[in-house]
Amino acid sequence: MTFHGSDWFLLSPELFLTSAGLLLLALAVFVRKEHEEFLGYLSLLAVAVTVALLAIVAAAPARQAGPILAGMFVVDNFAIFFKVVILLSIGLTILASIGFVGAAPYPAGEYFALLLFAGVGMLFMVSGSNLIAIYVSLELMALSSYILAGYFKGQIKSTEAALKYFVLGAFSSAVLLYGLSLVYGVGGKMGLTDLAAMYAGTERTNLVVLGILFVLAGLLFKIAAVPFHVWVPDVYEGSPTPVTAFFSVGPKVAAYAILARIFYVGFPKFHADWGLIVACVAAATMIWGNLAALLQSNVKRMLAYSSIAHAGYALLGVLGFRTPFGMWGILVYLLAYTFMNFGAFAVVIFLETRGYAAETISDFNGLAKRSMPAAIVMLLFLLSLAGIPPTAGFIGKYYLFTAAMKAGYAWLAVLAVLASAVSLFYYFRIAGAMFFSEGEGARLQSSFSLTAAVAICAAGTLAIGIAPERLLAVLRHCVPGGY
Amino acid sequence: MNLLSQIPILSIITYLPLAGALALVFLFSKERPGPIKAFATFVAGLDFVISVPLWFVFQRGKPGYQFEERASWIPSLGVDYHFGIDGISLVLILLTTFVGFIAVYSSYSAIRERQKEYYVLLLLLQTFMIGTFCCLDFFLFYVFWEVMLVPMYFLIGVWGGDRRLYAAIKFFLYTLAGSVLMLLGIIALYFYNTTGLLGYKGLGHAPTFSVEALTAVASSLPAEVQVWLFFAFFFGFAIKVPMFPFHTWLPDAHTEAPTAGSVILAAVLLKMGTYGFVRFSLPMFPEAMRTEWVAGLMIALAIIGIVYGAMVTLVQKDMKKLIAYSSVSHLGFVMLGVFALNMAGVQGGILQMVNHGISTGALFLLVGIVYERRHTRMIAEYGGLARRMPVYATYFMIMALSSMGLPLLNGFIGEFTILQGAFARSFWWAFFASLGIVLGAAYLLWLYQRVFFGEITNPANEKLQDLTLREQLTLAPLVVAALWIGLYPKPFFDVLRAPSENIVRAAGGRTALPPALASADAKASKRGAAVEAGH
Repeated sequence: MTFHGSDWFLLSPELFLTSAGLLLLALAVFVRKEHEEFLGYLSLLAVAVTVALLAIVAAAPARQAGPILAGMFVVDNFAIFFKVVILLSIGLTILASIGFVGAAPYPAGEYFALLLFAGVGMLFMVSGSNLIAIYVSLELMALSSYILAGYFKGQIKSTEAALKYFVLGAFSSAVLLYGLSLVYGVGGKMGLTDLAAMYAGTERTNLVVLGILFVLAGLLFKIAAVPFHVWVPDVYEGSPTPVTAFFSVGPKVAAYAILARIFYVGFPKFHADWGLIVACVAAATMIWGNLAALLQSNVKRMLAYSSIAHAGYALLGVLGFRTPFGMWGILVYLLAYTFMNFGAFAVVIFLETRGYAAETISDFNGLAKRSMPAAIVMLLFLLSLAGIPPTAGFIGKYYLFTAAMKAGYAWLAVLAVLASAVSLFYYFRIAGAMFFSEGEGARLQSSFSLTAAVAICAAGTLAIGIAPERLLAVLRHCVPGGY
Repeated sequence: MNLLSQIPILSIITYLPLAGALALVFLFSKERPGPIKAFATFVAGLDFVISVPLWFVFQRGKPGYQFEERASWIPSLGVDYHFGIDGISLVLILLTTFVGFIAVYSSYSAIRERQKEYYVLLLLLQTFMIGTFCCLDFFLFYVFWEVMLVPMYFLIGVWGGDRRLYAAIKFFLYTLAGSVLMLLGIIALYFYNTTGLLGYKGLGHAPTFSVEALTAVASSLPAEVQVWLFFAFFFGFAIKVPMFPFHTWLPDAHTEAPTAGSVILAAVLLKMGTYGFVRFSLPMFPEAMRTEWVAGLMIALAIIGIVYGAMVTLVQKDMKKLIAYSSVSHLGFVMLGVFALNMAGVQGGILQMVNHGISTGALFLLVGIVYERRHTRMIAEYGGLARRMPVYATYFMIMALSSMGLPLLNGFIGEFTILQGAFARSFWWAFFASLGIVLGAAYLLWLYQRVFFGEITNPANEKLQDLTLREQLTLAPLVVAALWIGLYPKPFFDVLRAPSENIVRAAGGRTALPPALASADAKASKRGAAVEAGH
């Protein structure tokens, strides 16, 4: 076991964010209810400083050193990329929450602190290169998330969401842990690279395949793939909308990151064992996510099923791991997804804070008349979610379809493109409501922080769609282990 | 003379309407529709004016593409921003700018609500359509091809008829479902060119989406792969054309769209599909075209489209729906010509694309004009209109005759050339296709009789006003174009000859012309040689 001083430097973003969260929790006691927005901006500042620290770490020469803290963590480009995406999603969530949480009769300090703690958990997760480190940081994220889901503790839906999330989340964590224990039991190692090296030299046994399948099942729970998706609609519907927006991007992206890392680094040898299962899960997820979304009239539930479908598309990238397209696909898609999906939720939050229940699609009726900019950006997000060029969603899907074709899953690619064409139908129910239907109500004005969140999402969605080159060039160096 | 090749003229023509749309969004108040209309008309008109010089500067007979523009767009993927046109795209671009201008100008009185949004969308659509015809890069092509659906969706959905929501989403979903399969075809080609796919070794070339490079790759693939790829592209194009049995979105979309939307749909959007077949499917998959059942299936679908489309047209009670269904029949003609795979067929097919744009576009305009006055399109509501609206009746007559293929008008030239091409392949193809012409005359003349002749039976028609000056100005250019092509089509054949020859040769068909055209051709090439010598 070796520890270097520079290890702590490499983890400075996480350490800073942890202390910022603790400080915020303490500070919240002294802030009066009407000044709670201040806490939001403070946490935003903390995220900004974390990003700055991350930039310093990314540029530092000391980062070349490989695994740190006795092989627990690794700060490769892959991790840096995901840390950026996660901090982006945390920052967006804070921006979208400032007006929302301030209006609610619950203490805001805990809310923002929990958000930061969940962020810390995710930052550690994507850096984890050891099974235990990954599991512990996953739990830190999950526990913070359970509480966030039940933040509106006076509302029965919110409490129900939290309980459901907790029970099913704990169950899936147990499944994951059991799988990890089997994998450890056979391989005798905890580090992913050690495991891979170990397996490369030994015979394939059924026990380890069973372990891998348990790990897979646990992770599929976290990314909400069919048939492990049943918690999603209820949790997304019941949670406060900014929290839902956060769930749909942050934890999902982080779960994808560890799924990618574990299977790409740890179990490449067993592709034949998990390939077909993942293919079937991806097919079921895309079909069921899209079909169920067709039937929803509640916007949050519809977006919940849509996010299930998107988890299915991203699985195409996992299948494509044997070629670079798979990993690039996951990276570009998750970034695109963060922008477009959060953006769509941010518009829902906008309606909700302006007195609409934003429950049913009819709340979007005539939005074009009440706020043309909101309707246009929403249209942009919907187009992107449906994968229409020139938006980020198209570039992301392009990579995923490419990966599936290249990996030999042409049938899955055909299924995926048709599913994505079907998805247009329910996305455009919202578009139709916004532009074609008459709605009542006065013109709507947005708050500064929410406008900023939406603007960032819209800019990201368009920029990746129109000028993706810089991003794609960076992504080439972001596969796990790359520096 | 070649000043045009110094400036990115294609990009200017493509993006001018986009710039106009942005200017409308930011500089014009929606409270005052007058300036908005004037400005939109100005932009569309200017776009047409600057596209006209292309016709004169374009060098006939020169192989390959002209006015090329190329820049790197996404180097990681090998995607270029690559524009360029040959004779086929030239004709279609001119058709687009021409019809686009007429569509804008014809909307003044039809559109009374949300006018600013309307003209913004029309101009955006214009940009995307022109861009599609200019693209020489598959990725870029796909971007334009898809994004084009969005403004059309809103044009139908906001300003359409009673069932507009249904029609709009049906239009979008149908065409989208086809084009995503085409996307997979493009991806497959990309891999055949680079690292290989599904058991086939790739050629190991640098990644590219260049139409020329991938066409070469595709045509060298084994026959069974070509057949698969052909069908991947087929769904994208056939739904757009639309070929039987993928045509069911068309009557809905055309009928529900506002007049200008129907005009653009008929005149330009449907041509995307036929253009795709001509530009991509034929030269890319010669082995597939040589596969008997594939070629047979295409011809069969084309002929079913012609006859079945015409029969369904015959029984329509709604004028607009009648014109819409007639498109299925006419586009069947185009496909028959294209898949005849000889010079007459392909040239006739392309010319018929233009003709259909002019005739059917004009017929939609004409139906829109009475609809504005009477707010009904049911044939039974009319009768004896010739007495009240003689000028209108005249215009309608000319365009109906042009649509049914009367000599001296444009439709005749196209249909005749296509039949020539079809006849050269098989007597029966030509026979069934001529059946379509007979039925075409039947439904149009019967329509004309019911609407225009006889006494005025419906009192609501007593006070109908004849065409205004603006309405005449929108129709007159179409009549002129119809007469021009009908009387003197040679300039069009000159432009289309070289690219058609390339395509027919690449597709493995016969390039030798039927005698009638060959003699005209020889003269033209002599003159072309003289021009070149004079250089």
